[in-house]
Amino acid sequence: MCGIVGLLVKKPALRPRLGELMVPMLIGMTERGPDSAGLAVFTEPLAEGERKISLYSGMTEEGADFNWLGLGHELKAHLGIDTKLAVQGNHAILTASIAPEPVKRWIREHYPRLHILSTGRAIDLYKDIGTPAEVAARYAFSGLAGSHLVGHTRMATESAVTPDRAHPFTAGEDFCLVHNGSLSNPYGVRRMLEPRGIRFETDNDTEAACRFLEWRLREGDDLETALQKGFEELDGFYTFLMGTADKLALIRDPFACKPAVVAETDDYVAIASEFRSLAHLPDIKHATVFEPAPEEMYVWNA
Amino acid sequence: MERMSFDLAQVPLRELNSFLHQDAPAKGVHQVVVTNPDGAHNIAVGLDCPVEVEIVGHAGYYAGGMNKLASITVVGSAGTGVAENMMSGRVHVKGFASNGAGASMHGGLLVIDGDAGLRCGISLKGGDIVVGGSVGSFSAFMAQAGRMVICGDAGDALGDSLYEAVLYVKGKIKSLGADAQIEPMSAADYATVKELLDAAGMQHDAKDFKRVASARSLYHWNAEADQEY
Repeated sequence: MCGIVGLLVKKPALRPRLGELMVPMLIGMTERGPDSAGLAVFTEPLAEGERKISLYSGMTEEGADFNWLGLGHELKAHLGIDTKLAVQGNHAILTASIAPEPVKRWIREHYPRLHILSTGRAIDLYKDIGTPAEVAARYAFSGLAGSHLVGHTRMATESAVTPDRAHPFTAGEDFCLVHNGSLSNPYGVRRMLEPRGIRFETDNDTEAACRFLEWRLREGDDLETALQKGFEELDGFYTFLMGTADKLALIRDPFACKPAVVAETDDYVAIASEFRSLAHLPDIKHATVFEPAPEEMYVWNA
Repeated sequence: MERMSFDLAQVPLRELNSFLHQDAPAKGVHQVVVTNPDGAHNIAVGLDCPVEVEIVGHAGYYAGGMNKLASITVVGSAGTGVAENMMSGRVHVKGFASNGAGASMHGGLLVIDGDAGLRCGISLKGGDIVVGGSVGSFSAFMAQAGRMVICGDAGDALGDSLYEAVLYVKGKIKSLGADAQIEPMSAADYATVKELLDAAGMQHDAKDFKRVASARSLYHWNAEADQEY
């Protein structure tokens, strides 16, 4: 069991309140996922040539005492680049005006235990072990601003409870996926992707779905085509909620084994595994509430 | 004290259920209104007296489960397993119902005004289900007894491995399950559909419904059948 939440605000005036509206949704899914939590928030995109990278130091020896300032100096000394670091304990968002790959390669080589959570122009990603309330407080989720977000509360079934196996998973740039369910062919998908140079970071089944769909998008599929290929290739139980720089997308397996409910008003689209995570949203009594059908694609634009 | 209200934003669910189990029958309370259900699970489960319960808002999983005698109305949608294993009485969902509505029901009447999700009436053992909208795939799977009226469409594998339950469908059937077949409507079937629509307060013409029942070909083991898998 796991919990999924998603929120997209339709009016720019609501963007500063995105995190505040979402925190009760995430905490509402604690019974479905008490061991880890995480979320990806999509902000106003950076300029074309800029990238931000979310980093997690909780698996390094220093943990929350990681020397972020030192990392910035080293990147300057070795790669000759200026970086900005927004630090919050074991988490930092590194911003730089260069292609991200050399930076990520250097980090992987010199700080193999520093976990790269996400890369892109719009995405910031946070995930850690702990109850949803603990994780939300650790990273001050209620203060987050943005147009849309994807969140998850985890009750692990397919791999160990560690920060890197928490959701959301990311691949490529500005793409993330959360999953409630379990896949039966993740190793088949992985054996198909690895010879194509796609590298996996964990043994988690959700990572296979995330990398498969991002690979399809990178090969030129639009989101709908990629999701259709997902229906054909990914076997098992799933409700997937995905985020891109300007979209939220939801699909459920043909047997609808895992729940989902959507509430929509003029102000927002909110998605959760169960209605109890939507009950406290403003004007919920007048929202259009529906259950997404199995094997259908639901895509909302930010 | 004939009528009671419980605001689930103020009192814990356990207080409501314990009242419905013990005090309502003892004190002769006939009507209970539940506000701010906010998707909580197990609202008004296991009732065993002829009380009327109105849930104003969306209910979570298993609302009205195991009901005996009570009449429970959800003015909103219901989560997974509404009226699961109902023995008698009535559960009425005014919105939509999620998966497994009326699963394993033995008796009583379940009315869903909107759509029902997958596996509606799975393993039905008796009683009646009337759905104003459509039902999802695998509905009435292995249904043993009882009746279902579906005013909208049915998804894939309707009535798979059906025993003696009978289904009436007005709309399109995406596909029938193994051993389910469409049969001619008799005068008794038209009367049944009318009776159930009346009980549910729905306006449809019984003549527009098809009857789906078991071909009974799975009742006996066929040693001659192709056993290669």
